[in-house]
Amino acid sequence: MSSRLRRAVGPRPMGVGSAPTGRRSVLLAAASLGLSFALPALPARAARRRGLERPRSLLVVWLAGGPSQLETFDPHPGHAAGGPTQAIATVVPGVVIAADYPRLAEVLDRFALVRSLVSKEGDHERGQYAVKTGYRPDPTAIHPALGAIAAHELPAPGLELPRFIALGGAEFPSRGGYLGNELDPYRVFAPGQKGQNLVPHVPADRQARRLGALDSLTRSFETGRGAAVRRTFHEHTLRDALTLMDSQQLAAFDLDGESEAVKARYGDSDFGRGCLVARRLVEAGVRSVEITLQGFDTHARNFAGHSAQARLLDPALAALVGDLEDRDLLDSTVVLVMGEFGRTPSINPLDGRDHWPHGFSCLLGGAGIATGQVIGSTDPDGVAKHPADPVEIPDLAATVLAALGIDFAREVATPVGRPMKLSAGTPLARLLCGEA
Amino acid sequence: MPVPIFGRFTLPRQTLPAVALVVLSLLVGAAASDPLAVRRRAQPPSPGTDRSSGGTLPTAATVAAIDRLLAERRSVAGLEAATAADELALLRRLWLALAATLPSLEEIRSFEADSAPGAIDRALAALLADRRTADALARRLAAALVGDEKGQFIVFRRDRFTTWLADQIAANRPWDGIVREMVAARGLWTDMPAVNFVTQAAADGVIDADKLAGRVSRVFLGARIDCAQCHDHPFAAWRQGEFEGLAACFAQARLSPVGIEDDPSRVHRIERGSVAAVATPVTGEGRNVPPRVPFGREWFGTGGTHRENLAAWVVHRDNRRFDRAIVNRMWGILFGRAWHEPIEDLPDPGPETNPDDLLDLLAADFRDHGRDLRRLITVITATEAFRLASTHPALDSDEGCDRVAAAWGAFPLSRLTPDQVIGAMVATTSLQTIPRDSHLLTRTIRFFRETDYLREYGQVVDSQGGALPATIPQALVQMNGKLAREMVEANAVTSTGRIAGMARDDVARLELAFLVALTRRPTSEEREMLLPLLTRADTKGRGVEDVMWTLFNCPEFSWNH
Repeated sequence: MSSRLRRAVGPRPMGVGSAPTGRRSVLLAAASLGLSFALPALPARAARRRGLERPRSLLVVWLAGGPSQLETFDPHPGHAAGGPTQAIATVVPGVVIAADYPRLAEVLDRFALVRSLVSKEGDHERGQYAVKTGYRPDPTAIHPALGAIAAHELPAPGLELPRFIALGGAEFPSRGGYLGNELDPYRVFAPGQKGQNLVPHVPADRQARRLGALDSLTRSFETGRGAAVRRTFHEHTLRDALTLMDSQQLAAFDLDGESEAVKARYGDSDFGRGCLVARRLVEAGVRSVEITLQGFDTHARNFAGHSAQARLLDPALAALVGDLEDRDLLDSTVVLVMGEFGRTPSINPLDGRDHWPHGFSCLLGGAGIATGQVIGSTDPDGVAKHPADPVEIPDLAATVLAALGIDFAREVATPVGRPMKLSAGTPLARLLCGEA
Repeated sequence: MPVPIFGRFTLPRQTLPAVALVVLSLLVGAAASDPLAVRRRAQPPSPGTDRSSGGTLPTAATVAAIDRLLAERRSVAGLEAATAADELALLRRLWLALAATLPSLEEIRSFEADSAPGAIDRALAALLADRRTADALARRLAAALVGDEKGQFIVFRRDRFTTWLADQIAANRPWDGIVREMVAARGLWTDMPAVNFVTQAAADGVIDADKLAGRVSRVFLGARIDCAQCHDHPFAAWRQGEFEGLAACFAQARLSPVGIEDDPSRVHRIERGSVAAVATPVTGEGRNVPPRVPFGREWFGTGGTHRENLAAWVVHRDNRRFDRAIVNRMWGILFGRAWHEPIEDLPDPGPETNPDDLLDLLAADFRDHGRDLRRLITVITATEAFRLASTHPALDSDEGCDRVAAAWGAFPLSRLTPDQVIGAMVATTSLQTIPRDSHLLTRTIRFFRETDYLREYGQVVDSQGGALPATIPQALVQMNGKLAREMVEANAVTSTGRIAGMARDDVARLELAFLVALTRRPTSEEREMLLPLLTRADTKGRGVEDVMWTLFNCPEFSWNH
């Protein structure tokens, strides 16, 4: 690991001297000085448990921009709404998906497919808020994303990595909301390159001196306001950050140990690498991971655009599910694949489709989910606005939390004392296995 | 190995902020021979406090009444007041709260050179007249006025709105006039920037009247009438029908090719639980809702558009909620903690102004003196509470922290906003005052760095204005981020480089670094503890880099105190 850390240190800024080593040497140097800042936190512990015994994780594959249900999981070839998109059969008898997803078709039985999601929000920012939190935007409170709730509710002893990690740039990042900004996801903008800002600018000896001075200045600021300063959690947070900088668990971000064949299966793209890193993070015990694939907002050239997206999504998603299963992690990981809304059955003059929150699709698989089924349907001719057997967004959110074993209806107090339920929805019993 | 002073100009990496630094530094430097020297400058006039015979009415009576009220509160709590804050600590508070940055070394020197009584008041007056204050207050207020959503493309222009608001603040336009324009303005989002208050609520080309009604009641009146959008308020008097009537005041507003306009034919219609403003009344299961306000109906304007009538009601001088809301918000901006939180859910005012209610005291003063924001700031910052130290013997226990906080027995610690953190870091880069009329430097650095920095730093202030503790990514970006490295690096244009090169010895270097980053001098203990950073470093540049890095990452830097 230390060699990996050293490798990750990279080139130094001009004029600042030789490359530093990892923080472990800083720790040693600092510990000898008796500096409280530099004391290591909890010992690293590998997540060894497997299968149902393993604590659950949530993995959200976020399709940003509003993926067209018709070009992904709910094609209607030969109908007015279907456009030129063709369909292929899947391992689930009688269920077809868009022909751009041949690999996913082979593992579709690991998912339940909902084709009748209904949201009340047709704007990107509001729509993603609604889907990610299960609540409509409310100017008086920020609701936590499902990923933040999972990180908050599911314990992760021994984890030095952040509990909630978001891979790939998302225009509207998930939030910890009223659960606290420490549950905002740790964001990695370029998956496969480790996180940003993890390497000190200076060599170990200077870093140790700096931390020692920082310790002194913190003590000095505590004079006359000790408890008030401790309440800021400044030092606590800094120590967590230093622990993360030197954690062996950072190896989960590093793809050097993966074979070329594995990387190729996920695809040579940020998204493919993100999915591979996501698998490694779940394996390391991270409770909540979100991977974003941008580019579904196809108001023009919808069909070409969606085909291009499928070339990224299809291999990565199929590889991710296959790998999780091979490693006996799928039984403990809830996988949710969706975006903020779907796209119109009608095709606009630019050969595009516009926003459509009235009947769109998601995939839900993994832990506690009754897979291999399809819920709801949309009108192939796009005449009926409302889908059959509609599923409301709050109910989907409650289902995800229930599958994670979280008491979805629990009320928590916001920082201003307002009681809020983690979810205001009702889980769909038919989406949950009996034990959930 | 010496630090290559001009080395970075040969670097292929991102140098634009550095180039901007150099250009401006040269411009400024041409006029200023020695930035480390003490220089006097013309003293600005005092603000309108009792300490001068300024233009506005004396604030002494209000300040004394607040001081008395808080003294009683402490007495009931059995708590002594903290000692008075050091003058430099006050200067730092004022700069952070008003200009969202720190005083430069030049400004600190100038302040210290002003030995006549009332120097801090003169410093405040100068700050109030400074465009940076207008800009920073506008950014702060805009976050509440139009939220942090991106809004609908094209029709919502946050930049135009914020600049307009800063212009109004710079001109010291009364708050009621500013609010009237926001609520009632017509025109294009570019030509009439105030209309962005309304267009912020546009979605899919439709103005969301409910959103505006909620925002008006929360932001301008400190009342969460929008709870009544779906149900009667659980503990306040608001009823669902009252919210609908308030929303109906925005029914006439619509987007048109010439911007926001009011169409008298439009009515507010509730269709089986969903709300829509439609061009013509529809018969059927729905019902039309006329504009109606939940209280003070006699204040509602007549003869104007619904929005103009509403604006007249909001700012009516008998509408005490209006004044209580802004004084509470301004108290929050200045102290880092509002008098009442949640900031937008204030208790109902009593039937009469209550001299034992701080919000009433401040609100009455504000209303009776032209709703003058500068005067309001002057009053709040003249109170004893604002000028107390942030240390207190009781702050050594959690229980004591709660007691001190409840009685305002010491100045509260509050987390800097991202705006303040970036402003403070940029300020410490330059020893001189960044020219008042040309804060191009700040803007350039912001332009190139703020987006990246904020992307990594994330949110600090929640929707109710309360400060949240730091996160691990924030600690990482502060320690190891790109901006931090550029700010700390010793070269010809950073204060680090200049302190390293120009100060006479290590003791002076340490003192300058403290003044620049923490607006104070080190104590003798701190000097003893930190001097080894300088004496043991390979070069003076690296030593000062280490000191500056330490100062940037200590809690004192990122918590107002």
